[in-house]
Amino acid sequence: MSFFGKFFNKKKKEDLDKGLEKTKTSFLNKLSKAVAGKATVDEEVLDELENILITSDVGLDTTVKIIERIEGRVAKDKYLNISELNSILKDEIVQLLGENNIQDLEDYILPNPDVKPNIILVVGVNGVGKTTTIGKLAHQYKSQGKKVVLGAADTFRAAAVDQLKIWAERVGCDFYSKGMNTDPAAVAYETTQYAIQNNCDVAIIDTAGRLHTKVNLMKELSKIKRSVDKAMPGAPHDVMLVLDATTGQNAIEQATHFTNATQVSSLALTKLDGTAKGGVVIGISDQFKIPIKYIGVGEGIDHLQVFNKKAFVESLFEGEVVGN
Amino acid sequence: MFDNLSDRLEGAFKTLKGEGKLTEINIAQSVKEIRRALVAADVNYQIAKDFTNRVKDKALGQENILKSIKPGELMVKIVMDELTELMGGQTAGINIKGDPGVVLVAGLQGSGKTTFSGKLAHFLITQRKKKPLLVACDVYRPAAINQLGVIAEQVKAGFYKEPENKNPVEIALSGIAFAKENGYDVVIVDTAGRLSIDEAMMKEISAIKNAISPNETLFVVDAMTGQDAVNTAKAFNEVINYDGVVLTKMDGDTRGGAALSVKYTVGKPIKFVSMGEKMDTLDIFHPDRMAQRILGMGDIISLVEKAQSQFDEEEAKRLEKKIRKNKFDFNDFLSQIGQIRKMGDLKSLIKMIPGMGKMMKNIDIDNSAFDKIESIIFSMTPLERSNPELINTSRKKRIARGSGKSMEEINRFIKDFEQMRKMMHKFTKMEGGPGGMGGGAGRRIKRRRKSKFRR
Ligand SMILES: Nc1nc2c(ncn2[C@@H]2O[C@H](COP(=O)(O)OP(=O)(O)OP(=O)(O)O)[C@@H](O)[C@H]2O)c(=O)[nH]1
Ligand SMILES: Nc1nc2c(ncn2[C@@H]2O[C@H](COP(=O)(O)OP(=O)(O)OP(=O)(O)O)[C@@H](O)[C@H]2O)c(=O)[nH]1
Ligand SMILES: [Mg+2]
Ligand SMILES: [Mg+2]
Repeated sequence: MSFFGKFFNKKKKEDLDKGLEKTKTSFLNKLSKAVAGKATVDEEVLDELENILITSDVGLDTTVKIIERIEGRVAKDKYLNISELNSILKDEIVQLLGENNIQDLEDYILPNPDVKPNIILVVGVNGVGKTTTIGKLAHQYKSQGKKVVLGAADTFRAAAVDQLKIWAERVGCDFYSKGMNTDPAAVAYETTQYAIQNNCDVAIIDTAGRLHTKVNLMKELSKIKRSVDKAMPGAPHDVMLVLDATTGQNAIEQATHFTNATQVSSLALTKLDGTAKGGVVIGISDQFKIPIKYIGVGEGIDHLQVFNKKAFVESLFEGEVVGN
Repeated sequence: MFDNLSDRLEGAFKTLKGEGKLTEINIAQSVKEIRRALVAADVNYQIAKDFTNRVKDKALGQENILKSIKPGELMVKIVMDELTELMGGQTAGINIKGDPGVVLVAGLQGSGKTTFSGKLAHFLITQRKKKPLLVACDVYRPAAINQLGVIAEQVKAGFYKEPENKNPVEIALSGIAFAKENGYDVVIVDTAGRLSIDEAMMKEISAIKNAISPNETLFVVDAMTGQDAVNTAKAFNEVINYDGVVLTKMDGDTRGGAALSVKYTVGKPIKFVSMGEKMDTLDIFHPDRMAQRILGMGDIISLVEKAQSQFDEEEAKRLEKKIRKNKFDFNDFLSQIGQIRKMGDLKSLIKMIPGMGKMMKNIDIDNSAFDKIESIIFSMTPLERSNPELINTSRKKRIARGSGKSMEEINRFIKDFEQMRKMMHKFTKMEGGPGGMGGGAGRRIKRRRKSKFRR
């Protein structure tokens, strides 16, 4: 029987409060305790592993996948000690994130350095951090001396245009808007034209948050994307789906529907400065073969980092913030 | 994958037909399924374990008194009852007594605080005849003040801001003073989003709370939140000891296990459910609906119960006969609508049919569609009602006038009706059983379940 199956039949009663204690101890510590005096990795260890993965929002399927891979390695290599196990574990998850040759970015590079301008369309459900991520990314490009314009195609949410405008001012980049309650596809189209005419290196287009279940809003998004393509064939060069690390398994649905509507080509994972781990992206990256490009680690202009698989996986087991 | 827990539970029980008692052994598999369903719904891992243990204890040895019910269904019922009870508890309303009443709104970044503040103001204006003032205490997020200002204007609530002031405690206090001077009877204080581990920001919210002594402190949490919900709910509770929880973005398809995690961890009631970006999409919390949602299942038991208690068997038989003979008329249609109305909201009813929940996700069913149908049928003569084929163009014209509908609408309606009649007739032939929306519903659903099962 697979380990996972066994777990769910387990009769042992857990002390809830104890279980909910925020764990300060690292996974490694826990592992050491669990295997103290034992020569092999036993089910208790895998049990603990499962606990960690699930509570990091990795999800059932991906957790099973990871555990099976570990089991496979353990069966093959036998008598692993704990530090070996630890590195194998991280290795396996990193691989899961990196299969199909998804490389981590080296820096804040343009999606397609061969064309000018690059158009980046930013999409996602409500409140995940799209606008903030755009501001932070614009800042990075700007610091590289690039000419950047932000396009305010969220014409719906109260004060959305103002919010992006303030970010453009902070960054000191260009800003294109037609005001509130205007056609977002037209804003996207004109922002692209603006970028072409004004010799911009990159245009980043903000869109209104929308739940992936709203059919009409998803159609609107497809239309926005098409209008960008009309203004510049081949654009957008990146459709970035922003996911909130606090989100649980629903992020998979989000990825599915946004991918269908706009062919998402990269992910940004925000709010990793909090206590949430964002483990759901492992499964998403694996399933959709989309690279995670950036992570948000705060509300400030500098709080964007290039995603690093190793550091991310490390953070799942450490109760600590990624990077920093 | 975990779309239909009741089917899966039935699967777990299929080898146990005829078992009268639930035992540790025969429920092991279903306990596992329930756990998986909960975890897949983002219920915290530890809570899922603890909860299923409780369910197991409840279930053990329980005599299956309802002989007709399958052990799987009994198990579902136990889970549902337990979950509903857990989520419900005290159904406290919002406390806005005070002069003025003060509501403090807090939570993580982007959870929906500002939007909720506007919705609450709208709710108080329209449902409670209050005069609320929205106070902008988010001094950090770009355009946060503006956002609240736009919303205040939308819902026609008062709005208080101090754009130059970076001290939210001061702004909150002067907002309350402003309310007193200007005859506002409720103050809603919108605050900046903050992480529970951001000590400075948590100190700030605590200082705001201490300074303004709100009558009601609400913690706003995104229904899509995953495992972290427990940490945040707990940390905020320790600092501001909130009175209730607001669950936002429930208009999506998240299972919303966070609701259980939060309730379980802090025991505070969920007071409001936010269901959209528009200002009138605030709902009170229904524990039973939430329980169903988390389990991701149509509640087959309650549908069957409802259907059985509400449908008059005789009427159903009568209809069935008529349908068979293709004699279903407008009178029958009216009575069907009446039956459905008795059963409650159509959409929630359809959602209860296993498999339909997902299909219906993007479809809006408007109960008021029935109003239109009824008004058209009411404009027909008794003769026309029992003889649909009599209705010709001049009769249609009269019906159109009588019901205030256009000819187009009447034509479409008659056409739809004919089509429905044909379909029903076909259906009875095909299934060889009762048809229509009448008494057959319960049985037909059971049949669907079985066939799904065999697959
Ligand atoms: N702590 C933290 N907060 C963040 C991060 N990214 C964004 N936020 C905050 O999250 C909230 C929502 O961010 P926005 O950028 O407005 O999100 P959005 O996706 O544009 O929202 P809508 O346009 O309303 O759908 C704001 O308070 C941001 O400051 C992050 O990485 N860490
Ligand atoms: N679909 C949907 N969107 C919602 C709901 N509540 C809020 N939103 C949206 O979620 C996003 C964030 O909402 P806000 O009210 O700005 O959230 P907030 O908690 O005030 O955010 P910060 O002040 O940045 O912490 C906006 O796009 C809202 O329109 C809801 O119930 N359903
Ligand atoms: Mg935005
Ligand atoms: Mg806000």
